[in-house]
Amino acid sequence: MNFVMPDFYPAAAEIFVAGMSLLLLVIELFAGKKKGFGFVVTLIALAGAAVITYTTADGQVSVTFSNLYISDLFGSFLKLLVYVAVAVMLVYSRDYLRVRGLDKTEYYLLVIYATLGMMVMISANHFLTIYLGLELLSLSLYTLVALDRDSSRATEAAMKYFVLGALASGLLLYGMSMVYGATGSLEISAVAQALAHGVVNKTVLVFGLVFLVSGLAFKLGVVPFHMWVPDVYHGAPTAMTLFVASAPKLAAFAMAIRLLVNGLFELAGDWQQMLMIMAVLSIALGNLAAIAQTNIKRMLAYSGISHMGFMLLGLTTGVVAGDRQFALNAYSSAMFYAVSYVVMSLASFGMVLLLSRAGFEAEKLEDFKGLNQRSPWFAALMMMVMLSMAGVPFFVGFFAKFSVLQAVVAAGYVWLAVLAVFFSLIGAFYYLRVVKLMYFDKPTDHAPITASLDMRVLLSANGLAVAALGLAPQALMSLCAFTLLRSL
Amino acid sequence: MTAYPLLSLAIWLPILGGVLVLATGSDRNAAQARVLALSAALLSFLITIPLYAQFDTAKSAMQFVELSPWIPRFNINYYLGVDGISVLFILLNSFITITVVLAGWKVIQTKVAQYMAAFLIMSGLMNGIFASLDGVLFYVFFEASLIPLYLAIGIWGGPNRVYAAIKFFLYTLAGSLLMLIALLYLFMESGGSFNILDWHALKLGMDAQKLLFLAFLAAFAVKVPMWPVHTWLPDAHVEAPTGGSVVLAAIALKLGAYGFLRFSLPIAPDASHELAWLVIGMSLIAVVYIGFVALAQTDMKKLVAYSSIAHMGFVTLGFFIFNPLGMEGALVQMISHGFVSAAMFLCIGVMYDRVHSRNIADYGGVVNSMPKFAAFFMLFSMANAGLPATSGFVGEFMVVLGAVQFNFWTAFAGATTLILGAAYTLWMYKRVVFGDVGNHHVQEMDDINSREFLFLGLLAVCVLAMGLYPFPVTEVMHASVTDLLKHVAAGKL
Repeated sequence: MNFVMPDFYPAAAEIFVAGMSLLLLVIELFAGKKKGFGFVVTLIALAGAAVITYTTADGQVSVTFSNLYISDLFGSFLKLLVYVAVAVMLVYSRDYLRVRGLDKTEYYLLVIYATLGMMVMISANHFLTIYLGLELLSLSLYTLVALDRDSSRATEAAMKYFVLGALASGLLLYGMSMVYGATGSLEISAVAQALAHGVVNKTVLVFGLVFLVSGLAFKLGVVPFHMWVPDVYHGAPTAMTLFVASAPKLAAFAMAIRLLVNGLFELAGDWQQMLMIMAVLSIALGNLAAIAQTNIKRMLAYSGISHMGFMLLGLTTGVVAGDRQFALNAYSSAMFYAVSYVVMSLASFGMVLLLSRAGFEAEKLEDFKGLNQRSPWFAALMMMVMLSMAGVPFFVGFFAKFSVLQAVVAAGYVWLAVLAVFFSLIGAFYYLRVVKLMYFDKPTDHAPITASLDMRVLLSANGLAVAALGLAPQALMSLCAFTLLRSL
Repeated sequence: MTAYPLLSLAIWLPILGGVLVLATGSDRNAAQARVLALSAALLSFLITIPLYAQFDTAKSAMQFVELSPWIPRFNINYYLGVDGISVLFILLNSFITITVVLAGWKVIQTKVAQYMAAFLIMSGLMNGIFASLDGVLFYVFFEASLIPLYLAIGIWGGPNRVYAAIKFFLYTLAGSLLMLIALLYLFMESGGSFNILDWHALKLGMDAQKLLFLAFLAAFAVKVPMWPVHTWLPDAHVEAPTGGSVVLAAIALKLGAYGFLRFSLPIAPDASHELAWLVIGMSLIAVVYIGFVALAQTDMKKLVAYSSIAHMGFVTLGFFIFNPLGMEGALVQMISHGFVSAAMFLCIGVMYDRVHSRNIADYGGVVNSMPKFAAFFMLFSMANAGLPATSGFVGEFMVVLGAVQFNFWTAFAGATTLILGAAYTLWMYKRVVFGDVGNHHVQEMDDINSREFLFLGLLAVCVLAMGLYPFPVTEVMHASVTDLLKHVAAGKL
């Protein structure tokens, strides 16, 4: 047997992160009771991975491990964003975890593994690689949600997440097997080629596609596969909610691009219809249900559903009547939306963490009452984030909605844009309610805000990023378009 | 032309001033915040004077143009410029901001810095709306200006402020979101341009024009506000602090009317002719029906709010009869209403600060305790009723003359405003100011102090000057209005 050493270079960052997880295990063995190293090691792992990813991103598309793995600009860019999101998440969560005794080494290990899972998903060039990455991410997340063993609410959330997640993974695998049956390959580019040239059994293929899209929709948390989202967001400790609601959305977006665009582009007409229905339902249900919530984590969960629906709208407009000239515009708008959402999501859950303290979870909407009197600065930041989510300019959320709507109108679906706009108007109400609570009501809680300096600084930077990206969205927009162009 | 980017300064100076007030001010050094805010407002107004002084009245094209790319990805530009229609509103807005700062000087005692900052930032954003020549830039300013007003109503407003603030925000957002779709549609149709002037020249079919017209109508009718989407305005006015009411009436309402001139008429001229009956009908209902509604009010602020709706109905009527007299009259009416409604709300604010009531029934015989104030209030009430020699008369008279050329019965219905306006305004004035002293609260009212004298006096000068010699105003707008009407008459089909 002829064994050829694979090229490890394109996967250097992943290998480094995996190595750091082992290092963390070893340190844990010898460190004894000393605390705080998990945080540092994880940040070093992320920083190192960022350096490696940045230096290896040379604009070339390179595949390795028998075409299982791909390294391209799209992947590198998303990975860098994932590192940043995870690092920000770690800083926000540190105090929260410490006072609750959750800052164990297990937590940091699971975060590293989840990050590794996301990196694998982003760089997958093969259906099985996608699946591997997804499972690595998902299993880590299930465990993270359940990390607070004494909380029955968190355990219940983790259980729900796990059962439904396992079901979704099953659907995904089933769909993959069908695609394999129809095309004879699981490699993404080979599938694309088989679809473009070969004679394939369309019935089996579309049948498989339905399962693939269902699995994907579950991971994104869009209607009708959204049931887990409010319960998990609500039940999980806020630090874990922050994690679930941020970086994994980027990975799920990458998965959508790899599966649907890189792999099954020939079937765009079919999956666009499915996504469109899911998108409209998500925007409608997410915005309507969010109004009724009294818990801000639940409210943000429903708002997240509607945001993912909006992001899907961007994906549904790539191919119009067989014409592909809209593809780049559409997909880059969706990508911009996903990135903007992660920035806003980090800031909003970060604000919940900021107000939480020992024995007190600031997860009720009322806990935000009178924030303007307690801290005008953070009230202003939270207002910017809320208005940004509502799609009011000059904030990044507006340009996210703008670019998606632009793609929708350009594809000729004016009615769809009107529908989306109508429901975002309904959405504006509950975001405005948060602003109302912070600014118009008297505070019920007078405890001073006691967050560490690094969290304050980072949260401020995050809030300002929402405004800055709204004032100058060009750089991020063109980066999204540029990196996508190379992988289309 | 100067080398300075005057329009950018007019936009960003007040905004930066507001941020500075916000950053340095707290309730411990409220005086400092007030002084800083006033200097920022004065400076911002001074900046706008060259806009008028150096304005070339012979040209109808855009002047003081600034153009630089903002978001090349979608060909969105930071494109500013003013013509004879928009330049006056920038001056008006910057001027009104000074009176707002003065009016809130003593009354606002909590979160002074935030109050002043909100109005300064709003002033900059409003200037941005009038100066934008790029569709997205316009939209961004248009939407963003909702935020400070939302906060102003919600934080410093009356008892029902939360309801009023949210209603105000959602109503206006509802209209403008449809406009966003219209902008995106135009972007696509024009082959990738957000330049409003490109859109003016863009050929469009009748169906597309009608849909665009209706989308713009949704946005601007809510903002004007036209009957039947006016219901947010009385609520917002009643609950807003005096400064909020002043900005709302003097500037925010003008945005809708301005939108008709910048978007609806030039982009969809044929649809504008085709659907003029709709707008004229809505305007006449506003003039007549809302006039009667105003007559029935017992709350002074509500009364002036309804009178604003009626006056704005007159403005939209003037636009859609498509002759120079009507359009120029409507523009004069807009400016005049900016002064008069601001003054009316300030007068009510002056009384409210002393008695803490807006009910007409709680007053009576104010002239006995506040003679100087009664004189000012008299002048502004007369202007609101459209008495000759005040600015209110000029615009209304021109629109009525224009309407006669268009259709006699339209003019007839519109002209009832002169009777109705006199009826509700002067009747209110009589009940509040004349007669016996109503109660001991009125007895104890102090006459206006020098600060109040200053801002009422300034407005009185403006109202009289415009009433006696409106030429400097009409001269500026004449070329642009003529050009616009020519463009609308030519059509696009």
